[in-house]
Amino acid sequence: MVMALFQDSFDIPAGELVSRLLGRIPHCEELGIVVESFEPPRLTMRLPYREILVADTETGVLHGGAVTTLVDTTAGMIAMAAVRPANSVATLDLRLDYLRPGLKGRDILCAAEVYHVTRTIVFVRANALQAEDGREIASALGTFMITERPRERAS
Amino acid sequence: MSLLERIRAARDGGNVQAAVDIIPYARFLGLTAELDGEGRLLCTLPPRPGLVGSPETGALHGGVVGAFLETVGGLEVLWRRESDVIPRTINITIDYLRAGGPAPTRATGIITKLGRRVANVRVEAWQENPEKPIAHGHIHLLLG
Repeated sequence: MVMALFQDSFDIPAGELVSRLLGRIPHCEELGIVVESFEPPRLTMRLPYREILVADTETGVLHGGAVTTLVDTTAGMIAMAAVRPANSVATLDLRLDYLRPGLKGRDILCAAEVYHVTRTIVFVRANALQAEDGREIASALGTFMITERPRERAS
Repeated sequence: MSLLERIRAARDGGNVQAAVDIIPYARFLGLTAELDGEGRLLCTLPPRPGLVGSPETGALHGGVVGAFLETVGGLEVLWRRESDVIPRTINITIDYLRAGGPAPTRATGIITKLGRRVANVRVEAWQENPEKPIAHGHIHLLLG
């Protein structure tokens, strides 16, 4: 996803930035995605279980697409928070391995960590877990492009 | 009617949209499906404000784009293969090529290999111009 910053966000702390940005993303609001914890370099977000997000009505397991959205959001946010001075990032690619189904009635957490940053690219690792028992349901790698040059350099 | 019976009924009746509507998440996204002139499955994701990921640009959420690719890949296999098993995604790799604007997004999947246990599918999504895809995905699906 494209993470764009607002004009006044260049000096605010990363944790506050994450919460403020999340609240402004319509699709995250629609899914009810919230910040669970932010302990740099790790950001954890929660996707509440909902019947409209299931893949199959007989088992009630979550659709992989809902997991993808949680992972893309969490990984994108931590990528953005890792860039200083603050800047916008866009997903270049995202790879997800689905290890287990997300069971009926269970919320999902995604924990993401930046493991490398270059001048143009942020590399992120993420895991999706079942909130209740911590069982891993997906493992992911994402790369994000820093989309604009920092302000100082532009001026 | 069981899930598989519903899928079989949709397939036997040539009703692609009925197959899509079996998946609650596909209905939530608002996904529609039809067969194009060559009998290929063509899916459309109509734009709506709730799918936006960037309020500044109005761009589609990257997760939605990825979810759309994954759903189309699964449907392609479900539709082509006469099977009693619902394909399950093993993994997906999504390349984001351009931001998706507030326009209908279309996608088709090509099964690059249909094995006994695993299918490889390539899915491409575009908006106005099929020559300028906004994303593509590689998906491995487990068939049983």
